[in-house]
Amino acid sequence: MLDVEAVRRDFPILQRQVHGKPLVYLDNAATSQKPRVVIDALVRYYESYNANIHRGLHTLAEEATDAYEGARAKVARFIKSHYGPESVVFTRNTTEGINLVANAWGRRFLQPEDEIVLSLAEHHSNFIPWQLIARERGARLRFVDIDEEGNLRLDQLESLVGPKTKMVALAHASNVLGINPIVEAAEIAHRHGALLLVDGAQSVPHMPVEVAEIGCDFLAFSGHKMCAPTGIGVLWARPELLEAMDPFLGGGSMIRRVLLEEATWNEVPHKFEAGTPNIADAIGLGAAIDYLEGLGMENVRAHEKALTAYALERLGALPGLTIYGPRNAEQRVGVVSFNYGELHPHDLSQVLDRYGVAIRAGHHCAQPLMRRLGCVATARASFYLYNTFAEIDVLVEALQETARFFAMEPAPVVSE
Amino acid sequence: MTQLPEPELDDLYRELILDHYRHPRNKGSLDHATSRSEGYNPLCGDEIEIEVEMDDGVIEDVAFRGRGCSISQASGSMLTSAVKGRSRAEALRIIEAFQRMMTEPDEEPGEEIGDLEAFQGVAKFPVRVKCATLASHVLEESLEKED
Repeated sequence: MLDVEAVRRDFPILQRQVHGKPLVYLDNAATSQKPRVVIDALVRYYESYNANIHRGLHTLAEEATDAYEGARAKVARFIKSHYGPESVVFTRNTTEGINLVANAWGRRFLQPEDEIVLSLAEHHSNFIPWQLIARERGARLRFVDIDEEGNLRLDQLESLVGPKTKMVALAHASNVLGINPIVEAAEIAHRHGALLLVDGAQSVPHMPVEVAEIGCDFLAFSGHKMCAPTGIGVLWARPELLEAMDPFLGGGSMIRRVLLEEATWNEVPHKFEAGTPNIADAIGLGAAIDYLEGLGMENVRAHEKALTAYALERLGALPGLTIYGPRNAEQRVGVVSFNYGELHPHDLSQVLDRYGVAIRAGHHCAQPLMRRLGCVATARASFYLYNTFAEIDVLVEALQETARFFAMEPAPVVSE
Repeated sequence: MTQLPEPELDDLYRELILDHYRHPRNKGSLDHATSRSEGYNPLCGDEIEIEVEMDDGVIEDVAFRGRGCSISQASGSMLTSAVKGRSRAEALRIIEAFQRMMTEPDEEPGEEIGDLEAFQGVAKFPVRVKCATLASHVLEESLEKED
């Protein structure tokens, strides 16, 4: 089990007060906070071995290259890639990883009338790149629905995926609802000769994720949701797919030989890392992985599951509060989306902020899902390894105060 | 860390705003609308649709429908109340004064602002300004569609 108090001491920002109240940070699905070891890794890089990589023959350049490639090896180990570091492409974030595949794979392999299967619960980052490439290539998008509890309808996936399907792209865990049956989805996709891209933005930070176990062909995720800095993400892919795809961005580093009219490409994964990459933040991601592995992803998962179960119980007991997604914490990462009576999520979030409570309110970059759920927006509390049961109590009390505020009972005491 | 003085929550949620949120005026649709417009705030998902019935240059009736936060819905209610029975020119002046109040919070709003002054505090909450002004843009469009 996690020693949560010790974990909390690792995150300097958790000392902060907001409106005179201790910060209760429940917006982890948007971005996580950063532990001291990650911040220190960035400072150490900039203070002692800042240099460009893969091109200098001096000490700093060698140290920076070792640290950057070392971070790549840590990523490969973290997601148990049996292909090693060459299966790991550094990107800015999940969105860039999906765009990379949609463009570099799609331009090469998508033909008119081919089909791409998505779920309607996807984040916009797993919609828009496919809309764009489908339009360009004359391919079609097909959409899998969710059931009344918010679970992906595997039966429908089974009937939608067929000989025309070239790609199935699904979130491992929804940023609004719950965890998808991704192993089953992989089996369905592969049975029909399609590839599976997994959006791991909400799963990789919160649970042990092994690419071989999932059976995916691509896995995209973001560093900033897993204790690392913003601006660094990962696209994992089977190396033979990376070999077969054309480059995404062109420029320095990604080439082998450049002639006036043509060029040949560097080996993978460097073929997909044009220009000076985000060296510092990749090293920061490596430090974040060391930190998470030190705690144990099984322990992170167990703690968040317990928090989520408690939140489902306490929030579910509030009259008028609607929770979206699976009832069972086992089928969720630490994400609980809800609406509270007629109160708009933005009003909720604005008043909760006065209690130091940070939640997300809005459409969560999932407008098609919002329409499916019959709402324009939801509130969302999302947990991470440093959150406590007491913080969920603060959330519940603040929600009750908010309801009183809008019901025009005596205004709540929000002492500054 | 130096921090700016914090705007009070009561500045945002004035009593009058909460009253219009809870008991919206002019909510619904018109049987004899002469124009209609709709607007959408992608950040919040706020939606507002406004119908106007003009008669000889005067706003005979006006109604709004929509979904959204308290600020967006209260502004739909209060703006439609403010322009009902006015000439188009008067209504556009009110809308302009309202929008100016949201973007230039340091200026003293003109007299035509009336009850809409309740929204003055919203300007201290920049992310909510769009919630407050959505209805005004939709109403403006609806009035400008009129011949």
